[in-house]
Amino acid sequence: MRTLYPFHGGIHPASNKAQSNHKPIAQAALPSRLVIPLHQHVGNSAKPVVEIGQCVLKGQIIGAPEGHVSSAVHAPTSGVIAAIDMQPVAHPSGIPDLCITLIPDGNDEWIAREPCDDWKALAHTDLRHRLRAAGVVGLGGAAFPSDMKLYAHKHKIKTLVLNGAECEPYITCDDLLMRERAAEILQGAEIMCALLYAEEVLIGIEDNKPEAIAAMRAAVLDGKYERMEVVAVPTIYPGGGAKQLIRVLTGIEVAAGVRSTNLGVQCFNVGTAYSTWRAIRHGEPLISRIVTVTGNVGQPQNFEALLGTPVNELVAQAEQLPDTRGYIMGGPMMGIRLPSAQVGVIKATNCLIAMSDSLFPPALPALPCIRCTRCVDVCPAELQPQELFWFAQSKNLLKAQEYHLFDCIECGACSYVCPSNIPLVEYYRFAKSEIWAQETSKKAADAARERHEYREQRIEREKQEKAEKLAAKEKAALDAKAQKSASPPPTPLPPAGEGASVSDAPVDADPEDTMHLKIQAAIDHAKQQAAGSKPGNTEQLTPQQQAEIAEIDARRTRIRELALSSVNEHTKE
Amino acid sequence: MLSALLVMAAIAIALGAVLGFAAIKFHVEGNPLVEKIDAVLPQTQCGQCGFPGCKPYATAIAEGVADINLCPPGGEEGIHKLADLLGVDFKPFGGDTTPKPKAVAFIDENNCIGCTLCIQACPVDAIVGAAKQMHTIIAAECTGCELCVAPCPVDCIDMVKIAENISNWKWKYPVYALTPSK
Amino acid sequence: MPGFFSPFITKPDSVSQIMLKVLLALIPGIALYVWHFGPAILVSITLASLTALATEALMLRLRNRPIAPFLKDNSALLTGWLLALSIPPLAPWWLVVIGTAFAISVSKHLYGGLGNNPFNPAMIGYAVLIISFPVQMTQWLSPHGMGSVELGFIEQLNYIFLGVFPEGIKLDALTMATPLDTLKTQLHLDGQIREILDMPIYGRLAGHGSEMVAAGFLLGGLYLLATRIISWHIPVVYLGTLFAVAGLFHLLDPAHYVEPLFHWFSGAAMIGAFFILTDPITSPTTHKGKLIFAFGAGLLTYLIRAFGGFPDGMAFATLLMNICVPLIDAYTQPKVFGKKGQKS
Repeated sequence: MRTLYPFHGGIHPASNKAQSNHKPIAQAALPSRLVIPLHQHVGNSAKPVVEIGQCVLKGQIIGAPEGHVSSAVHAPTSGVIAAIDMQPVAHPSGIPDLCITLIPDGNDEWIAREPCDDWKALAHTDLRHRLRAAGVVGLGGAAFPSDMKLYAHKHKIKTLVLNGAECEPYITCDDLLMRERAAEILQGAEIMCALLYAEEVLIGIEDNKPEAIAAMRAAVLDGKYERMEVVAVPTIYPGGGAKQLIRVLTGIEVAAGVRSTNLGVQCFNVGTAYSTWRAIRHGEPLISRIVTVTGNVGQPQNFEALLGTPVNELVAQAEQLPDTRGYIMGGPMMGIRLPSAQVGVIKATNCLIAMSDSLFPPALPALPCIRCTRCVDVCPAELQPQELFWFAQSKNLLKAQEYHLFDCIECGACSYVCPSNIPLVEYYRFAKSEIWAQETSKKAADAARERHEYREQRIEREKQEKAEKLAAKEKAALDAKAQKSASPPPTPLPPAGEGASVSDAPVDADPEDTMHLKIQAAIDHAKQQAAGSKPGNTEQLTPQQQAEIAEIDARRTRIRELALSSVNEHTKE
Repeated sequence: MLSALLVMAAIAIALGAVLGFAAIKFHVEGNPLVEKIDAVLPQTQCGQCGFPGCKPYATAIAEGVADINLCPPGGEEGIHKLADLLGVDFKPFGGDTTPKPKAVAFIDENNCIGCTLCIQACPVDAIVGAAKQMHTIIAAECTGCELCVAPCPVDCIDMVKIAENISNWKWKYPVYALTPSK
Repeated sequence: MPGFFSPFITKPDSVSQIMLKVLLALIPGIALYVWHFGPAILVSITLASLTALATEALMLRLRNRPIAPFLKDNSALLTGWLLALSIPPLAPWWLVVIGTAFAISVSKHLYGGLGNNPFNPAMIGYAVLIISFPVQMTQWLSPHGMGSVELGFIEQLNYIFLGVFPEGIKLDALTMATPLDTLKTQLHLDGQIREILDMPIYGRLAGHGSEMVAAGFLLGGLYLLATRIISWHIPVVYLGTLFAVAGLFHLLDPAHYVEPLFHWFSGAAMIGAFFILTDPITSPTTHKGKLIFAFGAGLLTYLIRAFGGFPDGMAFATLLMNICVPLIDAYTQPKVFGKKGQKS
């Protein structure tokens, strides 16, 4: 029996998994259209590489990865590109983002795939490249490009943790995947293990999923995987958080801002392992995923749905009940409310919950915090949520950071237990995004300051160079005059202009002085001009008119000065 | 009596010496307050405060010549920060200075005549172009100071507000349901 | 907009339920109070409750806050009950009203209402009363069978509200000093502990009757612990400190320092340990902080009882430790997940 290291806190909400975990995974019907966002992953948005009206085949790349951290997006079925435009996406802001709309032609015709019978023969870089091209990202919800997480030096990583904990209520997609496709998950894990040079694979599954544990254990035995172990972990939310699962299985705590790989652990969702196997062995890019459809529906169950399937079309297949008033993507603890029913399924969509007032009663009004510290008791990051709340509420962002705001994983356990019904996590999200925004503007300000200072320096330098040049020229002219009046000198003058340096010329006029004289002359000239042209109708004006005139005049003067200086510069050069 | 006076005098002299020594030993070059104020200012270099740039404004604040509520690009938040830094009370914007939503300049390239006036006006070198060539704004470097708008002889520069999108969207401050509706 | 962002589910728990459970936990103690001292205390509690609710409503109105949700949170009721339990049951009505109104208006609402008061309102009310009206605050009823005369319920009501007694009865005949007070006075008169405790007002452990009331509060406190309304830290450390310090002095000089169990079961030690010090709003939030807080309160209670001017030290110990709460919290912040090895 393996020693487990339970983490602090956690909650036991009603699991609500029984509704959807007794039916096998069903194939979702081909929808009427697919709305595929180009930004489904952490990192840069994919760049569209198709045109409107173009026919694409199933598995064809329609969005190419852009930059280092990015992932490819593929056509989930064959059809015609109907639009590339801004559509509502699964984002808490409800702001639309760039999506590709695909109308399926019904043929479901694959593009040529590149299967691989013996992945062990492939180089690691090749394997990673294939994963990137196949658009494989973490399917647990974070959607981080998987190839990026599969770099490792030998002997650096000891443990690969496979996350099958699935701690959020309602969600059963990993449960069903493990029950039905255990062997393929393990084969995927084998590839990951090889890429990471990991010594062991620990598969953590919460003990409320006995069938999945049994299936995975049987698959480990069948495949004779000696380095893999299926570990039943206690059922507690958020036991499926990567940091929490790593802690439970290995005792290692990965602090905020630290990479688990530096501590010898890497963690992947079981679904990601499955997709890795499909991508490497069969050359199938990530174009579908298992989605739990549950909540206010007649037939809660899991579907294998194409990415981009509109939510309403998918939920309809589970017989949506009439009093549905919205959808949650993800679980009830950390999911987001969808801004529209037409939003497409994305790589991170593990669950869709139809909401009704009876299942999710509207939130009660918040009362003040009574410092009861029930939130402290449940916080898996061992924070003091009430302190963070006070700081976030009073917008004392510095203090919030001091009290480790960024160690918060936003699991929502604190909000769940709060007897005052305070939306604590919302305050933390607000404080975090405010701090990020401030940091961004700080960086922008620093860059602007640097550019401004550089510009001032440049102007100063140019001024000086010009003055030097001018002084040299003048000197040459003076000397020439002197030469003309006097008898021709025995030695030739140094050439005036570009090559002449001040030190070469005899110093009898300070270059600064000539410069000032010139400027003064220019100013006098301008003044004379201004005095010469006085407008006629300037008498008996209201103060308002006078003010207006003054303002206009000021603007004119400024423009004139700017124009003059530019003209001068041009003529001189 | 005398000894007490002497002791007090000795203490006074000793403490005075310590203070004098500290003043020399821990002397700070320049005015660090100006740097601190400058770090809070948004560096748009727009001159809306009446000073030719952020640094001069920072210097003026440090010298007590200028108020802290003259910087519209910094917004009310900027005033709060300055108030915190200087230990003075928050002061709302005066009558005609109001913060505007952040914007960047945009050159209508059909109308640009390539006069380079805007290039010379830009305090952060965020405009590229040459004489009689079309100019364009490097949006990422533009601080939205609007200094290029006035010099343009053909009025081809517009300030375009930066729209909220997924990457710059911020979580809103949660609404406290119990505050009175009045 | 509440309920628009995750989490979408919450535990069915609320401030009013927590406060209600605390009120329920007070009932065994109150029942024993009535059993031993008669029903006058019920009048005080009712009076305090009504005053508390009325003051709360008035203050909320003045502060332009919604009234209904705060009245329903039961916190004002709890303050009223706790204050009523610390005032002599036969106190005149205006004493209860002044104390409760002060507690709710000044020490709660002037500091920002629920959740923002630095001091325990009931204890502030008590402190104000004992300083302003020391005579009325020390007229404690004798337990059944102790006083020379006993009043019926109607006669008690007559006294509380009208200040009139039946003919031929004086207040002195009804009331007596508390066990702690008697102990203090007698020790001043050079009495020996053993002789003093032989006096009829003392029972098995502490005061006759009052020790049973304390036991009732202990029972209620255990209920609060069992239902996890409060954590073990404060009551255990408070009573432990009180026991240890009292025990130490008792061992050193048994003739002048009473044994520790006497301290547990007399005065406000029990109700304080489980109901007053554990008030979340005015106690530290960290576990370590709670330990320090309770230790300080225990020590102060003993010091005031043994060496101070007041017979009981619970209220002042609580208030003194309440002052320290922000400091204690700031210095006892625990290490967070993954950063335990680091120096902060």
